[in-house]
Amino acid sequence: MSAQAGRNPLAASTSRSRRRKLWGRLMEGLASFAALVAIAVLLIVIASVAKRGLPAINLDLFTQVTAAFSFGAGQEGGLKNAIIGTLIMTGLATLMAVPVGVLIAIFDTEFAPPKVSMAIRMTLNVLAGVPTIVIGVFVFGLLVVGRGQSAWAAAFALAIIILPVIARATEEVLLLVPSHLREGSMALGATRARTVMTVILPSAVGGLITATIVGIARAAGETAPILFTSSVFANAVVTDPSQPMASLPFAIFTNSESPSQHDQQVAWAAALVLMTVVLIGSIAARLLSVRTRRQIEQTR
Amino acid sequence: MATDAPAPSIALPKKGRPRFGDIGLRWLALAAAVLPVVIMVLIAYEVTRQAWPSIQEFGLGFITGNEWNAVTDKFGARDLILGTAVTSVVALLIAVPMAIAIGLFLAEFSPRWLRTPVGLMVELLAAIPSVVLGLWGILVMGPFLAEHVEPWMIDHLGFIPFFDGFPSNQGLLPACLILTIMVVPIVASISRELFLSVPGDLKQGAMALGSTRWEMVRSVMVPQVSGGLVAGTMLGFGRAVGEAIAVTQVIGGALRTPSSIYAPADTMASRIAAQYAGTPTALSKASLAYLAVLLLIISLITNIAAQLISGRLQRRSRGLA
Amino acid sequence: MSDTMHPDSPAEGTMTDQQQQQPEPPADESGQSPEVADAAPASRLTELASGHTSAPTEGRETVFALDDVTVSYNGIPAIRNVNLNIHRNLVTAFIGPSGCGKTTLLRSFNRLNDLIPGAAVDGTITYHGYDLNGDDVDPVEVRRRIGMVFQRPNPFPKSIYDNVAFGPRLHGMKDDLDARVERALTHAALWDEVKDRLKQSGLSLSGGQQQRLCIARALAVEPDVLLMDEPASALDPISTQAIEDLTESLKQEYTIVIVTHNMQQAARVADVTAFYSVDVAEGGGRCGVLVEHGPTSELFIRPSDPRTEAYVTGRFG
Repeated sequence: MSAQAGRNPLAASTSRSRRRKLWGRLMEGLASFAALVAIAVLLIVIASVAKRGLPAINLDLFTQVTAAFSFGAGQEGGLKNAIIGTLIMTGLATLMAVPVGVLIAIFDTEFAPPKVSMAIRMTLNVLAGVPTIVIGVFVFGLLVVGRGQSAWAAAFALAIIILPVIARATEEVLLLVPSHLREGSMALGATRARTVMTVILPSAVGGLITATIVGIARAAGETAPILFTSSVFANAVVTDPSQPMASLPFAIFTNSESPSQHDQQVAWAAALVLMTVVLIGSIAARLLSVRTRRQIEQTR
Repeated sequence: MATDAPAPSIALPKKGRPRFGDIGLRWLALAAAVLPVVIMVLIAYEVTRQAWPSIQEFGLGFITGNEWNAVTDKFGARDLILGTAVTSVVALLIAVPMAIAIGLFLAEFSPRWLRTPVGLMVELLAAIPSVVLGLWGILVMGPFLAEHVEPWMIDHLGFIPFFDGFPSNQGLLPACLILTIMVVPIVASISRELFLSVPGDLKQGAMALGSTRWEMVRSVMVPQVSGGLVAGTMLGFGRAVGEAIAVTQVIGGALRTPSSIYAPADTMASRIAAQYAGTPTALSKASLAYLAVLLLIISLITNIAAQLISGRLQRRSRGLA
Repeated sequence: MSDTMHPDSPAEGTMTDQQQQQPEPPADESGQSPEVADAAPASRLTELASGHTSAPTEGRETVFALDDVTVSYNGIPAIRNVNLNIHRNLVTAFIGPSGCGKTTLLRSFNRLNDLIPGAAVDGTITYHGYDLNGDDVDPVEVRRRIGMVFQRPNPFPKSIYDNVAFGPRLHGMKDDLDARVERALTHAALWDEVKDRLKQSGLSLSGGQQQRLCIARALAVEPDVLLMDEPASALDPISTQAIEDLTESLKQEYTIVIVTHNMQQAARVADVTAFYSVDVAEGGGRCGVLVEHGPTSELFIRPSDPRTEAYVTGRFG
């Protein structure tokens, strides 16, 4: 039977149905536009930072230091102490936060009864929601008052900030580990601890690395806690964590308000370095997490 | 009946010989799990302690008082609270519809191959450090707004008092926009998760009745997840209220009642950040801490409310399933 | 390869010698006495099937005409070379083992496969003579005329009233909405049970009631055809019976195509039955085919194809 020709009742014939079709397309178009705007903003910011930061990158930047009081004062100087400071502070923060975060995730997935589990998750969410400036004030009162600023204090504040991030990410990965791995190990007589250490954690290693990368990327970029804990530092490279140190976010922060061309250049350069680290870290974490997910799925 | 060797024992080993490793890990993990609670309590205690002199001095009048004067030692947060409210609300008004649209794009409207790259880019937007956004805001976006956008706005929208004024590199408008940029990725990814969770049965049921895809989204998907969207909005609100660094870089730090969107102003978080280098009097230090207390309270309320809403939703959907 | 009967020939079927007696099934491996194992279902089926007229399609308008239709996902055919007519105001059942593409075929009647990326239809499906997949055809218009009820009840999280009114509101049938809702619920045999609680959520109903709500929802837009995809498979026996009775009464106003894995159900309610099976190609690829179709009374009692015979006598599937 061949199809009839002529006016097709199945076409959108009434004005109402044409209007509905059009309206639907319009709304979908608006949604696409919103996504486009978001992407555009991202690209514009990246482009700005690249455009202004690249010219300012020179050897001086990495070999010279700038004293705290010189940031923002238009004097010559580089980012050497800031880079080293960020490396040290971020490293210390990660060292503090990762073991604790992983332990929290282990407790939540392996040992905690459901109600306790819910309470832990709620607390982590609440902690994650505390403004970073408040955490800065907190650590200021706890560790700085009476003692003076130090990289330890800054690292501690950063650790508090990234702890929920790491705990949540680790938990996600641990939950992915199929239960037959757990049960198999326990059925062979291994203790809970042994099971966790030798079976579960190794299969979740990819996820742990991802969580760590995400934590590092986050810690490297936080400014508010550093304002109160490591903002008055010496005119040299400092490696002793009991002293305050320069840092990239702080350099950007103070230089951004300076009218001096040089200072602004330093700020853009620091922003470029920071953003590169953060973006690469985020992308790497994403890729790694997809790969880990696939690996774990295969063990099902 | 001589036996060469004792028969192997088939008795089960006595219960309860705990291995050291097991106990060790259990306690260690428990200690770690308790730590966030301890930290939260410590934060609340410590910040309140720092704020105490100011709380004692001004009490609740701090919220209505209008000065910030280290010379006379008189501090009141009213204008800061207003500034926080204005910037956060305006940011939400722009960010939430946009973010929900992006969530719909990622979950429903976009072709499958686009979903991962676009989703990744939205996540990257969230990963930009706030200080970098603030730098871009003060050196690029602020001047751009002042030169090209604000004059246009004054000309065309100036009949509304709030949208009248003088263009300025720093002010409420750049702060609102920066906060919008920060809130969008948060709400967008929550929206996307919510929309992806709508059961396919429901969507197909609507399509089978002859709805267009938009009609299905509007009348079935959005109502289905509306509570979650509210929770997501609250989280975005909490983020906007608490942001100190980027805001303080672009807002101009002027203590004045926000009357024009172009003029410099200040928010609670921004003021704390602005005075990090130290303030002269003890009472001024305590007042900054008082601001931190207020921020803490706001973040606790919005966060817990958001969690309760999503918790209730999850229970409801499970109960009826 | 396919033994389909040409759609235009009257359904007299090819009479075999066996038409006068029950086919004698050989002993199977289970060791069970074959007569005991197979006689009971076969005779019950023939009893039900014989309740239908032998030439149901005579004089009836063709609603759907399928010409060499193949539905595939991402290039892999799920069901192929289907030639079939669906006639007006009859219940047509699609039966067959799982995986033979019955649901896939059903979903192509209301263009619902459009929702699955990579789905494609080859061949022609015409609806009252018009090509269902024509260039200017709007799937929204198609679905207003061809409604569907799904395997699991899927009421919206809205009130009973709003569930039923959903379709009419969409298509601008807003006049006298209350009457439309009542009429639809009555046709679905649900009005009496819910008339006092129209504002309550559709989710507060029992499973069987929810499915009837979904039927009412589909009927509210006054469709021409109602497609039912195993509508009772998720329900208890009493609700199943209610749905079957409903199907019988609905065919007076609507054309019904029902997919079911329950042969007795098909024998009970369907005037015309189409039997599908799975074809396994050398490479191992499985694809559904239409084996045989015709009046229910013929198909169950005097199936032409040995595969049909095997299925309806319970030897496999």
